[in-house]
Amino acid sequence: MVAIDLTDVSKTYDKLVVDRLSFRVAAGECFGLLGPNGAGKSTIARMVLGMTSPDAGKITVLGVPVPARARLARMRIGVVPQFDNLDTAFTVRENLLVFGRYFRMSRRQIDAVIPSLLEFARLENKADARVAELSGGMKRRLTLARALINDPHLLVMDEPTTGLDPQARHLIWERLRSLLARGKTILLTTHFMEEAERLCDRLCVMEEGRKIAEGRPSALIDEQIGCDVVEVYGGNPHELGALIRPYAQRIEVSGETLFCYAPDPEQVLAQLRGRAGLRLLQRPPNLEDVFLRLTGREMED
Amino acid sequence: MGERYAAGMPANAWNWVAVWRRNYLGWKKIGLASVLGNLADPMIYLFGLGFGIGTMIGPVEGTSYIAFLAAGMVATSAMASATAETVYGSFGRMGDQRTWEGMLCTQLTLGDILLGELAWAATKALMAGTAITIVATTLGYASWPSILCLLPVIALSGLAFASLAMVVTALAPSYEYFIFYNTLVITPMLFLCGAMFPVNQLPGAFQDVASLLPLAHAIDLIRPAMLGRPAGSMGLHIGALCIYTVLPFFLSVALFRRRLMR
Repeated sequence: MVAIDLTDVSKTYDKLVVDRLSFRVAAGECFGLLGPNGAGKSTIARMVLGMTSPDAGKITVLGVPVPARARLARMRIGVVPQFDNLDTAFTVRENLLVFGRYFRMSRRQIDAVIPSLLEFARLENKADARVAELSGGMKRRLTLARALINDPHLLVMDEPTTGLDPQARHLIWERLRSLLARGKTILLTTHFMEEAERLCDRLCVMEEGRKIAEGRPSALIDEQIGCDVVEVYGGNPHELGALIRPYAQRIEVSGETLFCYAPDPEQVLAQLRGRAGLRLLQRPPNLEDVFLRLTGREMED
Repeated sequence: MGERYAAGMPANAWNWVAVWRRNYLGWKKIGLASVLGNLADPMIYLFGLGFGIGTMIGPVEGTSYIAFLAAGMVATSAMASATAETVYGSFGRMGDQRTWEGMLCTQLTLGDILLGELAWAATKALMAGTAITIVATTLGYASWPSILCLLPVIALSGLAFASLAMVVTALAPSYEYFIFYNTLVITPMLFLCGAMFPVNQLPGAFQDVASLLPLAHAIDLIRPAMLGRPAGSMGLHIGALCIYTVLPFFLSVALFRRRLMR
């Protein structure tokens, strides 16, 4: 079953922000939109929810045409927005109660699901704490619990861990994986490579509203890079590049760092060892390298 | 375009209740302070002007000045609290607090949200107007049974003023702009619509303008009821308030759609 189907979708504000984009998200998968700020990710999330209309193209979400019948789709969608929009004067429990009512749930139905939502969000002890008293990670988890109140099939998450410290972020990732294990579908936007690599079954890599690659993270890395990487810090990157070029498949310079993609990294390291002032790091390739390869620049945070 | 506008209209006749209940829950936490805050202003006018000026002038339209003024203050308090709730409360929930953003992610439509906000602002107008009515009635400036007729009129007036203010809320870039609405629309109405002195004291052209303004229609319904007199042209006044409720509502759905769902 297809959860989300975008066909040739375009959107222009002052400039073109989404450019004839097509992708399909199957039910039960985690699909990531990966790209830097301004790539059009949030606009796509808003279009999927029917909160803004495409200028051209067709969108179907959970079998329903959007935006024409977006309300019907939203009944079965949970949303984690980029910025918290909890009611800060309300308690954790009141936030869930109020949100349940937006979905026409009765007090009894809401009371029945609140304990499991609090447990899911690890907020059992905070049920009667005001949101203003919660940490950033707790607020995000409450937002996530709130998005589940209508037992949605599809979760739309716009940068769900941006602004969290690493520990809080890992807890969110763990919670998201447990949702995927329960068969939920997730559309996730992120500019965070590690998040995309850890969570997403498939990715759409975006730049300036266009799709520049699509596939499984591991497949993208194999296709685009396919060998180990040596990172070189210090020295003159261009001078060093000339030195190791015979042993490299490809060399990229970004800022002060030289990235050397080499089938045999030992040979590269041998050329550079013993030179003063260099720091060398050999590592497997990741999505960061894919993005650098495709766009010629690093994804700024 | 028409289809998309239609998708922003209320989904059904009851979705707005969830929005109203959210605001009610928020209000309950600060309820008493909020009521006192809304009451202070019209009370000061009622007693300050009523007793101050009232002692210097004779009967107005066949009654004591303070009894004449009481109806004006009931209508004015409904106007002021519905307006304040909409331009400050709703504007905050639309903007900084991101409350509407959360609601728009549920099965609620923009129209449901606006309807809930208007109903809530009208509720606050009803609370403020009723409180003044009770004070005035206790002091003998109105009869107790008249309160029953007044409640729906105050609620409808609140709805009309909230609906007008919602258009301003949809257009205002920031809180600062509401001062223009207050000084250019709300305050002039206070003087043009017979709240503090009879409209027939105004030059003819001003009387014509006044006859179009919502506060004049609200007062023309409230004053006869409080003074126990038969009201003339009730249908006209109720119809006018209904128009002031309905037309701005449709306009604000369109304006908010452009603002929030671009």
